[in-house]
Amino acid sequence: MKLSKEIHKELYLKMVQTREFEETAARLFVEGKVHGTAHFCTGEEATGVGVCSALEVKDYILQTHRGHNQGIGKNMDINKMMAELLGKATGYCKGKGGCMHIADFSVGSLGANGIVGGGMPIATGAALKQQYNNEKNVTVCFFGDGATNGGAFHESLNLASVWDLPLIFVCTNNLYGMSTHINRSMNIEDISIRASGYGIKSISLDGNDVVKIYEETIKAKEYVLKNGPMLIVLNTYRWMGHSKSDPQIYRTKDEVKEWKEKCPVKRHKKYMLKNKIMSAVEIETLEKHAVRDIKAAVEFAENSPEPQIENIFDDVYAD
Amino acid sequence: MREITYAQAINEAMSEEMRNDKNLIFIGEDIGIYGGAFGVSKGMFEEFGEKRVRDTPISELVITGCAVGASMTGLRTIVEIMFSDFLTLAMDQLANQAAKNKFQFGGQGSVPMVLRAPGGSGTGAAEQHSQSLEAWVAHVPGLKVVIPSTPYDAKGLLKTAIRDNNPVVFLEQKLLYRTKGEVPEREDDYIIPLGKADVKRKGKDATIVTYGRMVQISLKVADEMAKEVIDIEVIDIRSLVPLDKECLINSAKKTGKVLIVHEACQTGGFGGELVSVIVDSDAFFYLDAPVKRLGGLDIPIPYNPGLEAQVVPTEARITATLKELL
Ligand SMILES: Cc1ncc(C[n+]2csc(CCOP(=O)(O)OP(=O)(O)O)c2C)c(N)n1
Ligand SMILES: [Mg+2]
Repeated sequence: MKLSKEIHKELYLKMVQTREFEETAARLFVEGKVHGTAHFCTGEEATGVGVCSALEVKDYILQTHRGHNQGIGKNMDINKMMAELLGKATGYCKGKGGCMHIADFSVGSLGANGIVGGGMPIATGAALKQQYNNEKNVTVCFFGDGATNGGAFHESLNLASVWDLPLIFVCTNNLYGMSTHINRSMNIEDISIRASGYGIKSISLDGNDVVKIYEETIKAKEYVLKNGPMLIVLNTYRWMGHSKSDPQIYRTKDEVKEWKEKCPVKRHKKYMLKNKIMSAVEIETLEKHAVRDIKAAVEFAENSPEPQIENIFDDVYAD
Repeated sequence: MREITYAQAINEAMSEEMRNDKNLIFIGEDIGIYGGAFGVSKGMFEEFGEKRVRDTPISELVITGCAVGASMTGLRTIVEIMFSDFLTLAMDQLANQAAKNKFQFGGQGSVPMVLRAPGGSGTGAAEQHSQSLEAWVAHVPGLKVVIPSTPYDAKGLLKTAIRDNNPVVFLEQKLLYRTKGEVPEREDDYIIPLGKADVKRKGKDATIVTYGRMVQISLKVADEMAKEVIDIEVIDIRSLVPLDKECLINSAKKTGKVLIVHEACQTGGFGGELVSVIVDSDAFFYLDAPVKRLGGLDIPIPYNPGLEAQVVPTEARITATLKELL
């Protein structure tokens, strides 16, 4: 599979936008403009961006709490994402959801989830609807390594398997569930082997290789439409703490440094230069573009109105 | 009018709605070939096929979540949970996902699903198959909660619940499945709105506010008391959420004496909420006596039939409490 220059451009831009989004949001936290909590995906950009860029609008995704890369990958509106982080009325959830509940049904995002593994059962339903209507689209469900220890993972893989659902399970293995390393939460090293217990195919990939992730997602889409679900494990690392309040006493600075050297953004840049897909100048232009986009998003968010208590009962129930 | 059972009424409601709406599916454990653990869905698998009446693995969490996902994206879903006690296993998808969906995503979608589950004691099924857990779900904004007491109500309320655009928890009563009652002919497409209580018996001396199986027991008590020329009003709230507060308040004003009855454990039960609706309103000034409530004992449901029968409100206890009130 040879990706077009357009695709490379898209992947790179979205990864830099994600990087910039997270760093900016983290700064806004320090400035007290974002409250509550947030989970940043810095270092994991290639996962959500690579997978979601390979999808169409009508393909659904279920995002995680660490899913800004997934949202940007699925072409969500960055302004509305940022506004939601700031709790503004113009945000995706009208300021009522915050960063753990970002969703955009219009681009196929059925929402992030504050419950670890919470999206997996829902994904089976979305995929069932696609199968029921003979659609040629698929559902992609994101979750972390930690979530594969929960019941939702096992029930969902099994149901998807017996019903042959067009569903791609994507595990972002960043080695930790909060403070707990996978070698203390499961007695296997390769998470992808869990699929075999449900009779479904799985692959384990370098989660920092955006090109490979994109290509494998295209193939996976075709595969699940014909054969039912599969599991893709993307092995990567989170650079920042688990959430805002993480003292990171469970890992060494060396470990973090090591992984920073495997930066997915730099790697893609190198790849493009080496293969003469884009020039250094073109790449720099994209980077400036991304910085500008995030700056504009912050401006949009900061200038947006606060939600009003008068509307607090809206959307508890549908009409 | 013809008479059918409570179970048949539920079957008819589902079947008629499935005939009318090709986007309506039905999922659950052993609901297909087997016809449901209580036989409620008999014949549906044959009529609608395995694509629409779907047997599932024994996985309450994913069954419920699957309904959430399917309903968010354009289908309508009925889920059967074999016993309402197993709501414990479905609770994350029900309380954290289905109920919050619309609000937390800024109103983008909706989750038109009905979760049906039978509850209640009296079948010798013991601690883990006999509970009445309606207060748990009534406590979660975003869910609607319905408990029918007659075949007529079961059919009319379930049809409305299926057409509702919100997640509705439809709690059936195991002991009522085989009871019969009048239900209009099939062609008569009647529905009953959620949030409208029903005065099952008019009276002027005291009011019993209740729901589910306790409606039938309360009616028996009222008939007995009528022999002593005591005239009891029996109100069946039918839906806990939304709740027809006005009906309770008006009746309390009329009779001045109110007894709340439910099978669920008394402490933290929905009865406390019903008491509060009355005493928080201007009906308070019409009361001749404190509002009483009678729930199940605060214990798990025991196995032995002699014991089991005595731990939930009985005709004798309801009668005794009413007499105290009068
Ligand atoms: C059911 C549940 N348990 C615990 C938490 C608290 N929590 C939030 S994220 C998280 C770690 C999840 O780990 P993983 O699935 O690997 O995702 P990651 O955060 O590494 O992206 C925990 C424990 C939660 N939100 N939901
Ligand atoms: Mg993790």
